[in-house]
Amino acid sequence: MFFNAFIIAVREIRRNLTRAFLTVLGVVIGVAAVITMVTLGRGATEMVKAQISNLGSNLIVVRPGQGWSGNGAPMFTGTDVVAIQEQIPGIKAISPMIKAQAPAIFLDNIRADTDVQGVNIDYFEIANWKLASGRFFDDTELLEGAAVCVIGETVRKELFGKGDAIGQKIRVRNTSFMVIGTTHVKGQGGFGDDLDDNIITPYTTVQHRLSGQPTKQNVNQIMISGEDGYPGASIVADVASLMRERRHLNSNQADNFSVSDTRQIAEAMSSSTQVMTSLLGAVAGVSLLVGGIGIMNIMLVSVTERTREIGIRLAIGARAREVLLQFLVEAVTLSCVGGVTGILLAYGLCVTLAKVVGAPFLFDLKINLIAFVFSAAIGIVFGFMPARRAARLDPIEALRHE
Amino acid sequence: MTAETLIKLRGLTKTYGKGDAEFKALRGIDLDIGMGEFVAVMGPSGSGKSTLMNLLGCLDTPTAGSYIFQGIPIEGLAKDQRSLIRRHALGFIFQGFNLLARTSALENVELPLLYRGYPRKQRHEMARAALASVGIPEKERNTPAELSGGQQQRVAIARAIVTEPGTLFADEPTGNLDSQTTVEIMDLLCRLNADRGISIIMVTHENEVASYAKRVVRVKDGLIESDVMNPESNPHRH
Repeated sequence: MFFNAFIIAVREIRRNLTRAFLTVLGVVIGVAAVITMVTLGRGATEMVKAQISNLGSNLIVVRPGQGWSGNGAPMFTGTDVVAIQEQIPGIKAISPMIKAQAPAIFLDNIRADTDVQGVNIDYFEIANWKLASGRFFDDTELLEGAAVCVIGETVRKELFGKGDAIGQKIRVRNTSFMVIGTTHVKGQGGFGDDLDDNIITPYTTVQHRLSGQPTKQNVNQIMISGEDGYPGASIVADVASLMRERRHLNSNQADNFSVSDTRQIAEAMSSSTQVMTSLLGAVAGVSLLVGGIGIMNIMLVSVTERTREIGIRLAIGARAREVLLQFLVEAVTLSCVGGVTGILLAYGLCVTLAKVVGAPFLFDLKINLIAFVFSAAIGIVFGFMPARRAARLDPIEALRHE
Repeated sequence: MTAETLIKLRGLTKTYGKGDAEFKALRGIDLDIGMGEFVAVMGPSGSGKSTLMNLLGCLDTPTAGSYIFQGIPIEGLAKDQRSLIRRHALGFIFQGFNLLARTSALENVELPLLYRGYPRKQRHEMARAALASVGIPEKERNTPAELSGGQQQRVAIARAIVTEPGTLFADEPTGNLDSQTTVEIMDLLCRLNADRGISIIMVTHENEVASYAKRVVRVKDGLIESDVMNPESNPHRH
């Protein structure tokens, strides 16, 4: 009985392909929208996670002031760095960062406006830098404050284009630096900033040659990498209490510095993109529901339009339940075909849009299955009312219908 | 009259509407039809002949009275049980052919077999045989729109006989056909009655068409007006 209903339903669908197409269009769009939204959303979440892990894994950053600006708050000193390193457990690596904003000039007229970051050797490991060519600076160069630098990809491109950067001399303010290394592309940071637009040099060099004030409080940031498995939250708390102590803050005074854990930031950001994804998915889900109502609408019209056909079937000896099953199977077949079409459409959309947005395309089997099952369920739910109406027709009335 | 009884009606009544709007379409019909008979039911419009046909064809239930078809009391049967009687014992031919549009002749003829659950191969064989027996084996791929009226009615007859029913109900089978085609279709019905012993009950208002039947029952105002054997009836006179 079920197989026969399927044959009859498929024949009816084949008989009027335009009607079938219009019937399923809503489901196709709904399924495609849900899958595309969720897949792209997940891609975006992964992208944000990857960008943040680009900053460095297990990275804890100590900044002056509260929030991102830190206006007017006192900066840190070299002894702060030493104190943290010596007194706080669980630290794998630590580096000060002294920033100077100054254009880098090559051959008198090629110029790159960039950040000069003065750091120690640990910084490369903390911030997860990989060399594209050349080498990082060494202990001796750090101790001497040597005029050597490692440059980011953006700076390398601006200054040297296709030429070789290693061994070239660039000028920052009054100092001539030798380029000893270039770093691999990191791309955008979690906030859309260009992570490759920088010049990395020993902090001693910045202190002595660029700022000219070696003793003053001039450490812009302290970057700390925790030991693997050591809780970042405990380091954050220890650093905060140590800094309060060193800055003689009373219990009623707020912190004039901030300690942040990139993993926390990563979790916060990826959870916010996940919320976004669920929201977009829910909106798309509404369109799937509307698609289901579209199926019901056209099936209802089609029952009226096909009254005579139903009359013929009843006269020939079809039972009410067979007519019901036929229309139900028709609706489910249509909505399943719509579901599969929607999945294929979504695949195409995801691949294309992922390229446009720059997010990775992650095929998500679960959401595809959910969307498919949901579209089949829509066929049953919204096909039932029209099917019942068809099954309840009186054969004599139906045959008389024009 | 044949010894075996196909149809036995006693006091069959059908009333439509209620109260003031009540309309008695049938006012108590007694009728016996034997196996293998070819009966024409005649009468002016509003006489109740269509109502009678619907009741005989198990498409409707009477308000009162009894209807026994091949020993089965029909009046108490539910909708689905009547469907099964139609599926297994009856065939229908209509004035407007009532073929499924945009569907090939073969698929139209196959339709009752689908509900009977025959496998594909057997369906095709039986449908082709039925189309051959109504004289249009070459039209199996054509849809109704591509066939003449006579050919469409032949497809409809093939659909009605493909399940080899004992009884055929024909409602104005030639009402939409020209005189030449009418003769052809009536000859076909006569052959089915004579060669296969299929009982035929046919509604018509044309005397010429009724003359093919062996018995003519006239209905008027919901009652049987006359019931005569047709001495002139000769299926092979043309």
